[in-house]
Parts: sequence; C-alpha cells; structure tokens
Amino acid sequence: MTGILRDIYYNSVEFVRTFGAFQLFFLRILRHSPAILLGRFGLVVKQVFESGALSLVIIMISGLFVGGVLGLQGYSNLARFNAEDAVGVFAAFGLVKELGPVITALLFAGRAGTALASEIGLMKATDQLSAMEMMAVNPVPRVLVPRFLGGVIAMPLLAAIFSMVGLLGTHLVAVELLGVDVGAFWQQMQITVDIKDINEGIFKSLVFGVAASLIAVWEGYNSIPTAEGVGRATTRTVVITAIAVLVFDFMITAVML
Amino acid sequence: MQQTRSVEVGTGLFVLLGMGALFFLTTQTTGGDDFTAEETFTVEARFENIGSLRNRAPVAMSGVTIGRVTNIRFDPVTLEAVVNFVIDSQFDQIPDDSDASILTSGILGSQYIGLQAGGSDTYFEDGSEVLFTQSAIVLENLIGKFLVNAGSKDD
Repeated sequence: MTGILRDIYYNSVEFVRTFGAFQLFFLRILRHSPAILLGRFGLVVKQVFESGALSLVIIMISGLFVGGVLGLQGYSNLARFNAEDAVGVFAAFGLVKELGPVITALLFAGRAGTALASEIGLMKATDQLSAMEMMAVNPVPRVLVPRFLGGVIAMPLLAAIFSMVGLLGTHLVAVELLGVDVGAFWQQMQITVDIKDINEGIFKSLVFGVAASLIAVWEGYNSIPTAEGVGRATTRTVVITAIAVLVFDFMITAVML
Repeated sequence: MQQTRSVEVGTGLFVLLGMGALFFLTTQTTGGDDFTAEETFTVEARFENIGSLRNRAPVAMSGVTIGRVTNIRFDPVTLEAVVNFVIDSQFDQIPDDSDASILTSGILGSQYIGLQAGGSDTYFEDGSEVLFTQSAIVLENLIGKFLVNAGSKDD
C-alpha cells in the first residue's frame, strides 16, 4: 500500500518536474530565437523548407478532401431546411476557424514533428550534439532553435493553404457536383465571414505551430539515445502534440467566442 | 550550391503560396464589408422595434450601401431603441425628412436600414435625427395578426 502511494507521489513530482523543465526549455529556445532569426536566417529558411514546403502535398490533398466532405455533409444536412446556399458559410467557418488549424497541426505533427524528433534524437544518439559541445558550439541555438522557428513560421502558412484548398474542394463538390448556385455560395460566405474569424484561425495556427514544434524539438532533445529511445520520442511527439492541440483549441475557442 | 538553390526556391514558392492563401482567405471569404468611407457623419434614429438589427449592419439608399450602423442602445425614458449610424460624407444631400425603415435582405437574410428619400430642402448633417422611422417587421407579430384576422372572419 505504501509502495503504491510512494509510486503515485514519485510520479506526480516527476510529472511536475518534467512540466517545469519543459517551460524552462521553452524560455531557453525563446531567448536564442531573436539572434538566430537575425543572424543565421539561412538555417531557418532551410527548416521552413523541411517542415513547410515538404508538407505541402499531404496538406493540400487532405484539405481538398476535407473540404469536399464538408460540401457533401453540409449540402445533405442543409438541404433539409432548403438552405443549400449556406453550404459555403458552413464550410468557410468550419475550415477557417477549426478544421484548418487543427487538422493541419495534427498532420504537421505526423509529417514534420516526427521528422524533427527523430532527427534530433538520432543526432543525440550518434553523439553529434556532444561533438558540437566539444567544439564549443551550443547545440540549442545551432540545431534546436532553427527547427523550432521553421515550424512556427510554416504552420500558419500551411493552415491557410489547407483552408484555401479546402474551400476550393467544397466549391468543387457543392457547386460543380451538386449544383449550388455559385453566386450564392460565395456571396453568402462573404457577407457572413468576418476578418475576425480569419484572425482567429491564424492565431490558432500560430499557437499550434509553437506547441507542435516545441514538443517535437523537446522530445528529440530529451530522447533516450538508443534506437528504442528515438522511436519512443517519435511516438510521444505525435501523441502529446495531438492532445496539446485539441486542448488548446478548446481553450482558445472558449475564450474567443 | 545547387542544393541550397533548390531549397531556397522551394521555400520561396511555399511562402508565396502561403501568403497567397492568406490573401485569398481575407479577400475572397470576407469582403462583405463593402463600405469604406474615410469621412463620415453620424445620424440618429429611434425605432419602436429594431428586430434583429446588429451593429455594423448596412445602411442603404436605393439598395446601395451608403453607411453602417455604429451603435444600438435602449433609451430607458422613451422606451425606444436608439440606433446611430454613419453615412459617407460624400452623400451630404440626403433630405432630412427621409424616412428610415428596418428591412430584411431576402427571406431569412440579415437586417439593414433602408432610407427612403423625402422632399425637404435641408439635408442630413452630423448629429441629425431621423424623424420618420418604421420598425422592423417581426415575423411572429405578423403571424399573430394573421391568425387573429383569420379567427375573426370565422365568427
């Protein structure tokens, strides 16, 4: 009995410690960010390419199909109220405010987050990070910060692309396939959607970008330097990012609504 | 060298596409705000019932948006709704006996203020008040009246 209690106590303290270490890690990354952004921008550009440009295919294909599904579902449900024209509004709100940022963040965690975590984890396992320290190069600004910044820059752009392609997908399904009037589709959307809604989407994707990149970099940097440890870090990246993104999404929506 | 070049081109394309998407979202999905006037003047109107008129609703004359609702409040003394709206300063020749009514765009569309020109020689200016107003038509009241009429016919 005391054994269980001691385990619970130990694990809770360990959880709080990890959480605190994570915050300190975030501050460390932030502290080095301005210098890297100004001085070594080339490193950041490379990471924007790695985590942004290379994620384009999955983001655009997913966006097209998610938008198409919204078109089908929105049409069949709204048709019951003879309000098929509102399918554009329905899809625009859904994509811009929720699905765009959230699904992009989940795909980003799967496509770019895992790549970051395993890359950094493998660097650690093969002693590349230690080698850098031996050469008096701090691996935090040289390796971690550009990857973090690359993700933060890429996420809002990816989410915007997702929403745009999604709307085109809805247009294809609703207007071209199901025969909703093209004028009503876009005009109702333009009347209803406010610039505030777009900003909410951008803000969300920015927060998710920070969360996803930070978790990936943290998991990679703190992975156990073995083959198994790197594998576990990759898995944890996806799991923790997914939970963090969905919890943050709820909180941001609750505050902003 | 070739490697970095293709990375840079790819990144540039990606960022341009992302910016393009943001531009698309801000211009193509919103854009309902077609009223952008630099100088405006404020006019006040009192209504018995404003229905579901909201802030930022358009003010239209002959169907063209010339202004926007800026403030809606309730007057506790006269028990009326007081609506302030701004009109683009270039329309400074609207007769001040024009009447304002709350109309609905489409059957279930949003509500807006429609101005109907009067015949006065003096014009609306900053701080003017609309003298003749017509409240919003509330569907429930209309149905209620219809039912009462239908009922009284049966007698």
